[in-house]
Amino acid sequence: MNAVTFAILTPLVAATLCMLTLRSGVAQRLFGVGGMAVLLLVAVRLMSEVADGSVLVVRFGDWPAPFGIVLVGDLLSGIMVLVSAIIGLAVAVYSLADIDARRERFGYYTFLHFMMLGVCGSFLTGDIFNMFVWFEVMLISSFVLMSLGGERPQMEGAVKYVTLNLISSSLFLAACGILYGQTGTLNMADLAVRSREYMRPELLTMTAMLFLVAFGLKAAMFPLFFWLPASYHTPPVAVSAVFAGLLTKVGVYALIRTFTLIFTNDVVFTHGLLLGLAGATMIAGVLGAMIQFDFRRLLSFHIVSQIGYMVLGLALFTPLAVAATVFYIFHHIVVKANLFLISGITARYGGTFDLKKLGGFYAALPLLALLFFIPAMSLGGIPPLSGFFAKFGIVKAGLAGDTVFGGWAVVLAVVALAVGLLTLFSMTKIWAEVFWKAPTEGHVPHGGAIPAGEKFLLFAPVAALAALTLAISFFPQYFFDFAARAAEQLLHPETYIKAVLEPVP
Amino acid sequence: MELLLAVTIGTVYAAAFYLLLRRGLVKLVLGIALLSQAVNLLLFAAGGLREGAVPFIAADETTLAATGADPLPQALILTAIVISFGVLAFTLAMVHRADQSTGTDDLDDLKSTDAP
Repeated sequence: MNAVTFAILTPLVAATLCMLTLRSGVAQRLFGVGGMAVLLLVAVRLMSEVADGSVLVVRFGDWPAPFGIVLVGDLLSGIMVLVSAIIGLAVAVYSLADIDARRERFGYYTFLHFMMLGVCGSFLTGDIFNMFVWFEVMLISSFVLMSLGGERPQMEGAVKYVTLNLISSSLFLAACGILYGQTGTLNMADLAVRSREYMRPELLTMTAMLFLVAFGLKAAMFPLFFWLPASYHTPPVAVSAVFAGLLTKVGVYALIRTFTLIFTNDVVFTHGLLLGLAGATMIAGVLGAMIQFDFRRLLSFHIVSQIGYMVLGLALFTPLAVAATVFYIFHHIVVKANLFLISGITARYGGTFDLKKLGGFYAALPLLALLFFIPAMSLGGIPPLSGFFAKFGIVKAGLAGDTVFGGWAVVLAVVALAVGLLTLFSMTKIWAEVFWKAPTEGHVPHGGAIPAGEKFLLFAPVAALAALTLAISFFPQYFFDFAARAAEQLLHPETYIKAVLEPVP
Repeated sequence: MELLLAVTIGTVYAAAFYLLLRRGLVKLVLGIALLSQAVNLLLFAAGGLREGAVPFIAADETTLAATGADPLPQALILTAIVISFGVLAFTLAMVHRADQSTGTDDLDDLKSTDAP
């Protein structure tokens, strides 16, 4: 038993406790927030155990790998679980003021924890079929969270979200089957070894493409992103925020894991394709956002465009680029979830998500304006905020010239810079519309409507996440050091493979 | 046997995608159900087909003989069936609820949340 086991057990126990106390709102809220707090402690503990570069392995039923299923905790998993737990806690606290009693009674906190279980499981598993199962745990909980409440826009969004994600899952499963048929193993470390020995290279590349489509759909990569802006703005804000922060990033994590560990036989082709898709994703997302005037829908398009940056770092496939990707994911999850939470607060005060109708928040709520300014400028990549260092790392890796793509890497670095500028344009649009513009008739922000207790629950997570963004901004070397070591582990998977496959004493 | 199974899998996939591309909500659910069945068959075929072989290890052996059937794909399919059953149950409930709150089963009418 180590922190890896507890990172799975904590959300499971919390979800069970929430389910057992469905009748008591107080108990559910207690277990809902308490469970997330415990998960955060576990995640910190996990991080401290993997920080020295060691790879933790838990074998189910003590079956040695590759025969049994293993859970593996390395630096990337540790970082992902930590940031998920941070977002989970922030969203759980925000939910106390945002989720109505009806949704609570129908098991909101239960499914929030089941989703965290799926997310943590996906990050920690060392078995590709097991990852499919964790994906399903995460997906079906997210389906419930998406449609809980059953309002018309929610159901319309849910139909698309559910269908596209199920198609992606069936592709993932089919790809697992083909991989197993060729190599006779499902353990990812064993796959890394045996796919070289037993598979024809072109067949391995073909399987990689199946995984690319399956994970690309979940990560909302071009051209498979359209379900995201059609559905992410329909559920309650807390649900939007946790989806925006975590779910697509699970897809990115799966891409990183498989395309650094298993599918590295033909980097020029597979990662070249990723490179092109990353560029298209960045451009499509940011251009889609430009014409939007719904707060959350605009932010949804920016998720798509930011996914492009993360995939770009993976595609460049140099130590600096992968490190920048890991740093980018950490920074992005914090910032993006925070922006969604802020959109919820402005909607509570102004009564709408429509940017044209909102206005006057700078005069009415200067603190909120400041709290928005930090993540928004960070997303746009303004120094000294965290987004600057993330983008700087990726652009620098593109310009460095040590990739296998030559001039294309430079082209994509230029695209990344241009998209950064357009991102800034979108953020200034929100700033001008919501904060600077004079309030419009019927949507004047008034603070009296929200009780002080609820106000605290809404603002505390936003302020905490903004503080974390500032911490990343002012001590980036500390965070980048972790990211660099995670990248080192990813690009030299020998330690990972050895730790998983070593015989049990 | 391989050829027969390959054609069957292809047909089920084709039927699933045909249903998924139709406009009706119920056809969508049927398409999802058929898709998961097609994947299950694919898993079965990918694991290797051996006619008349059983996945048992003989009493005096410690490993499965090369002629034996591989039991793992069947375990995978069993897991996938359970998952797809749960997902299908949810999808049916969701479609019912979508029908109640939107009053239509035509997917073309469910685009008010789409990005322009």
